[in-house]
Amino acid sequence: MTMNPTHTDREYEADLHSLRERLLLMGGLVEEMIRDALKAAIDRDADLARAVIERDKQVNRSEVEVDKLCLRILALRQPAASDLRFVTFALKVVTDVERIGDLAVNVAQRASELAADPPLPLPPEISKMSEVVQVMLHQALDAFVRSDAEAAEAVAQRDDEVDALYRQLFDRELALMRSDPAAVDRAARQLFLAKHLERLADHVQNVAEMVIFMARGKDVRHPHSREAED
Amino acid sequence: MSASRPKLTVASLTAGFGENAAIRDISLELHANAVTAIIGPSGCGKSTLLRCLNRMHELGAGAWVKGGVRLDGDDLYGAPVDPVQVRRRIGMVFQRPNPFPSLSIFENVASGLKLSGMPRKDLEALVQSSLEQAALWDEVKDRLHRSALALSGGQQQRLCIARALAVDPQVLLMDEPASALDPIATARIEELIHELKRRLTVVVVTHNMQQAARISSHTAFLYMGELVEYDRTEVLFTNPKVRRTEDYVTGKFG
Amino acid sequence: MSGVSFRRRAVNAVMLGLMGLCTLLAVGVLLFILGFLFVKGASSLNWAFLTKLPKPVGESGGGMANAILGSFKVLALATAIGFPIGFLAGVYLSEYGHGPFPAVVRYVTDLLNGVPSIVMGVFAYTLVVLPMKHFSAIAGGLALGVMMIPIAVRSTEEFLRGVPRDLREAAMALGSRKWRSIASVVVPTAAQGILTAVMLDLARVAGETAPLLFTSFNNRFWSPGWNQPTATLPVMIFTYAISPYDDWHRQAWAAGFLLLASIFAINIAARFLVSRGFSHSH
Repeated sequence: MTMNPTHTDREYEADLHSLRERLLLMGGLVEEMIRDALKAAIDRDADLARAVIERDKQVNRSEVEVDKLCLRILALRQPAASDLRFVTFALKVVTDVERIGDLAVNVAQRASELAADPPLPLPPEISKMSEVVQVMLHQALDAFVRSDAEAAEAVAQRDDEVDALYRQLFDRELALMRSDPAAVDRAARQLFLAKHLERLADHVQNVAEMVIFMARGKDVRHPHSREAED
Repeated sequence: MSASRPKLTVASLTAGFGENAAIRDISLELHANAVTAIIGPSGCGKSTLLRCLNRMHELGAGAWVKGGVRLDGDDLYGAPVDPVQVRRRIGMVFQRPNPFPSLSIFENVASGLKLSGMPRKDLEALVQSSLEQAALWDEVKDRLHRSALALSGGQQQRLCIARALAVDPQVLLMDEPASALDPIATARIEELIHELKRRLTVVVVTHNMQQAARISSHTAFLYMGELVEYDRTEVLFTNPKVRRTEDYVTGKFG
Repeated sequence: MSGVSFRRRAVNAVMLGLMGLCTLLAVGVLLFILGFLFVKGASSLNWAFLTKLPKPVGESGGGMANAILGSFKVLALATAIGFPIGFLAGVYLSEYGHGPFPAVVRYVTDLLNGVPSIVMGVFAYTLVVLPMKHFSAIAGGLALGVMMIPIAVRSTEEFLRGVPRDLREAAMALGSRKWRSIASVVVPTAAQGILTAVMLDLARVAGETAPLLFTSFNNRFWSPGWNQPTATLPVMIFTYAISPYDDWHRQAWAAGFLLLASIFAINIAARFLVSRGFSHSH
């Protein structure tokens, strides 16, 4: 028996392959968008920010295509077991990835605004958060490619780090705003940026949890809301 | 989830013809008032397993059986057990509808009683009740004394089910009951199976995985004579534990 | 390459012609016999022929009523002997017949089928006529009956084998004993075919003359009971045909025609049964 037997139905195999490709392309695209948006924020590059906002259209188109492909596979191929988990994974994850794209756009918008401000450095928390979020997204996509549930678990847990950084920044900016009313505009914009990053991390956590489901068949979402299971 | 007590217990069942074993060392428990599906590629032994449950396998030339089957705790292969009695408690429906051509519809349904030597009082009520259970009464009530062969394929199969039900078995075995039927007739048979499980224990052999997924609560996957996996149907079809099951169920072979 | 195809077409045409000719020949012979018998015999077939006894030698007129009844009796006895034995043996071979013994039985049956009819007559003569010290309908019936056995056995076996296996399985799966499934399901399903085969068997045996010559012999009068020499149509034809009397010749033609017509009637009835059976089951 071959190591990785393929489906007897070649068209089915091709459909699944195509779905995988599209998801990876989409993932790669939003990864780029985040990287560029954060770069634009740090370098105060308004042009780069605009480019990011443009690219979101592609992400939205991909979402529609992925949904269509999933529906087609469900209707025509009656997927079972791991294939079924993959297709349901794709359906759900595509919304998270699209939201990540939207959040990259938001970050880019904040970057444009910050570009118009005087050139002051961003708080260290924001740099740290950007770093963590980008690593998380990259590792989540890797985990998807390898169907590696353990790697996905590690990613899901890092969300706590980002939350902690956000709270830290929040307290500091609030104190700043109270002490120096002139700094309110800038502080507010920075808080928004940080909020976007925090939401980004949440969505990446969702993606990671879905990867665990796809790989293992265990749904690990919302552990505190669940009743005792069978 | 309520636990159903096992109705039929298969213990280390090995069976075959002549020098070849068609099934090897199969053990599983079939639950009462539930539908269990047996799936697997051609030649995996699913029909042999089914036919061992009602001691039909041994009717073949050179057939042999080792191991045991228990119905409600009674050993069906014990020394003093009469196989004919076993077949009255465990009925069977075959792949191709096989009503007796020399008998009318009414006589076909009643034939089980005559053939098994059971007393035939109140025959008309019994025939009607069996046909109602098989969801065929309304379609044939005006032509009970016509030939059974005038019915369509799906109706003939339901007639065979009525015939099997007339002897009041506790278990009904079905060997690919819908594979010779068109999709609508198949759907009616599946609906019927759904109804029947309220009173009986049903075991269905099928090569159609989607059918197994639709009708059964538990599924056994056989491959080359061995039981590869046996679990609740939704587990087997969403997250099977054995790689081979996964490959079969996703269409990578078979 | 038209030369090759021309040659092929020519050969094809010649073969077709030859086959047509042979067919015409075969059918022609049959039609000739029928026509001859009809012309010679139909006119002599009258009420007197059918109802009167033979007149004393030399006198003209009279009939073959006793031979008609005699044939009927002998054939009825033959069927009563041949069919049950043949049928039950056929059931055995079909339903229980695996292994060396049934194979021997089949072989012996085929051998029996090839025994010349006159030898059958000798067999019945030795077994019945000698101990009884006179000719009888019983002896005649026995001879013809034994001749019916092989075909009854093989036909029964063939038709029972023709019953699909899943009918037997369905019966067994309902909790039936084997003998009961055979009696209630398998045999009734094959009944039409078996009956037809028996009728054809009877038709075949109805015209046999040699065994009757020294078993039932002949009789110019009625033969009440079964122990007397009995007149039969084939033997009467033989006796009358080699006689010097024209009147007897005329009666022999009539008897021949009657015999052939009866055999035809049985054949047609058998085929009618078969075709009606098919429309019933489909």
